[in-house]
Amino acid sequence: MKEINIFDKPRNVKILLTLLFGGCLALLIVNFFAPKHSHFPWEEWSGFYAAYGFVACVTLVLAAKHILRRIVKRSEDYYD
Amino acid sequence: MINVIPPALIFIIGAFLVPLFKGKAKSIYLLLLPVLSFINLIYIPVGTHGTINFLDHQIIFCNIDRLSLLFGYIFHIIAFLAILYGINMGNDNVSMAGLFYAGCAIGVVFSRDLISLFCFWEMMTIGSVLLIWARKTKKSIEAGFRFILVHFFGGVILLVGIILYIYENGSIEFGYIGLDGLGSYFIFFGFGVNCAWPIIHSWLTDSYPEATIVGTVFLSAYTTKTAVYVLARAFPGAEPLIWIGAIMAAFPIFFAVIENDLRRVLAYSLINQVGFMVVGIGIGTELSINGTAAHAFAHILYKALLFMSVGSIIYRTGKVNATDLGGLYKTMPLTCIFCIIGAASISAFPLFSGFVSKSMVMSAAADKHLIIIWFVLLFASAGVFHHAGIKVPFFAFFSHDSGIRTKEPPLNMLIAMGITAALCIYIGCFPDMLYSILPFPVDYEPYTMSHVISQLQLLFFSALAFTFLLLAGIYPAEIRAINIDTDWLYRKGAAGFLWLLENPLAWFGNQVKATFFVTIPQSCIWFSRNPLMALKMAGNSIALAVFEESFTKEKVERIRRRIVEELTDYPGDVIRYSHVGTTVIWVMGFLLAYLIIYIVSGRIAV
Repeated sequence: MKEINIFDKPRNVKILLTLLFGGCLALLIVNFFAPKHSHFPWEEWSGFYAAYGFVACVTLVLAAKHILRRIVKRSEDYYD
Repeated sequence: MINVIPPALIFIIGAFLVPLFKGKAKSIYLLLLPVLSFINLIYIPVGTHGTINFLDHQIIFCNIDRLSLLFGYIFHIIAFLAILYGINMGNDNVSMAGLFYAGCAIGVVFSRDLISLFCFWEMMTIGSVLLIWARKTKKSIEAGFRFILVHFFGGVILLVGIILYIYENGSIEFGYIGLDGLGSYFIFFGFGVNCAWPIIHSWLTDSYPEATIVGTVFLSAYTTKTAVYVLARAFPGAEPLIWIGAIMAAFPIFFAVIENDLRRVLAYSLINQVGFMVVGIGIGTELSINGTAAHAFAHILYKALLFMSVGSIIYRTGKVNATDLGGLYKTMPLTCIFCIIGAASISAFPLFSGFVSKSMVMSAAADKHLIIIWFVLLFASAGVFHHAGIKVPFFAFFSHDSGIRTKEPPLNMLIAMGITAALCIYIGCFPDMLYSILPFPVDYEPYTMSHVISQLQLLFFSALAFTFLLLAGIYPAEIRAINIDTDWLYRKGAAGFLWLLENPLAWFGNQVKATFFVTIPQSCIWFSRNPLMALKMAGNSIALAVFEESFTKEKVERIRRRIVEELTDYPGDVIRYSHVGTTVIWVMGFLLAYLIIYIVSGRIAV
């Protein structure tokens, strides 16, 4: 079977990243104009979800890496 | 009177007939079984059927209403897909255990009384442990034993609850129970064990990744979702569920981020998704119960799809750790696409199934103004995208090239994944079909402009965070290591308990044994050989110890020598006193004691 290796080319990875950054930017812009239907006042702040998503993920990774992993990491034969 | 075939029966009986077939006939038989059962289910009218009188109570095997039907449908669909997925492996043990297990889960869903529910519940445990043991590795066998211990523990609690409940209420009907009375709390917790509530959850992350490739697909669908079903029927609106569910949604994502075994990552995200359903049950409004049911339906599909795609990787490469994989998109592009569809569905991307179901629970929480819960669920939504949505496909199919060159899994596995993926997209694009079978009438529109944009923002910026962390080198590298979880308590705890038994407690037991059965009897025997001499020697020793200071050295030496001589001579010449006078004094003593007891007891009686 023929191998697919589109992501071996740095150019393609760059395109993908550009799409991601572009998508983020476009969503922020659209957010200003789109009608907002909300339950809570903070949902009407432009970019609330964007900020929350970003902060949540960074917090998640840092907490998991620096706190949780220190507590729970063991060698693979720990239970053997 | 039984006038219909109970839906569970076809699967359970069918499971035992599997060995009778061979080759192609077996494949056809296995695939036909869920189809037949499904047709049977469709033709059973709404209501209660299959009633048997048992000890003044009614056992109802077949209760058809909207809630049970929804779970019945999806349980049939996923049974068919899992069988199709595993049909090339031709493993009778897995097929039989899988069918039996699915049949029991269907039995639970359609039971309308606590007794048959309990029986199916326990049979389900047996079916599921067989799926784990079928892998036949040392790890899977050990994990299976732990699994079965936890579940039987839960089963006993459930049984206690059921007995108390029947005693309190005089009815075995299984309907709304509510948290009222001791029995209901036991039942509540018994269900919770199967639902993988926090702390007790580790049976799931411990055992699911150790099951066979097909076994995990079966397992991911039934045990926790039957628990969700029974909770939704018996405890809708039970407030503790809101908090239990929120914790379930939040904590597993931290473990998932640092976990190396990809099936274990998926097991953690399974708990996270069930958390959303549990919150929905706890809120207890029509919207939230609808959300729970819809999410269970969608979740079973995309979770099975994810386990299938990772299973295909195991099937082809024999590896499952993120550290060993990477770059597989080059040779397994279709599997990669199916995995991404499953990932997009679990992350609730618009046009994928999670989007139309999860948001109902979120909206229900917002309607009730549960601010903290809403924030936790939003965090969990971003987190699940992070680990199940990005991490699993990224580390398996992209990331660094592991150098593994393999090929797509066999056609039947691809078709099974294809159908499941198509269903995920279909539900996401046309949610009305799913909404029309929900327990309550649906007045909910997922595709509003603000909802789509807010969800896309959440996901895109989560992806941005992942990219940023990865490029900056902050993202935790996958390490060859395991992470302990609460199963540590019984894995190491049991070893500790055994150590305690074998060392301090066994020593203490031996001491007691030696003292009572050796030392004391032998001393008594020694003493009885010549009591007077023994007493005299003891007196000498005591006297020596007390007056040693005041004696002269020679005297001390002399006494010592005498004690030693006496000890070597012991028992020596036994002097027996047998005067009549002594006997008379004893008799007098007894008579006196008798007299005193007589007088005193007489007084007390008056």
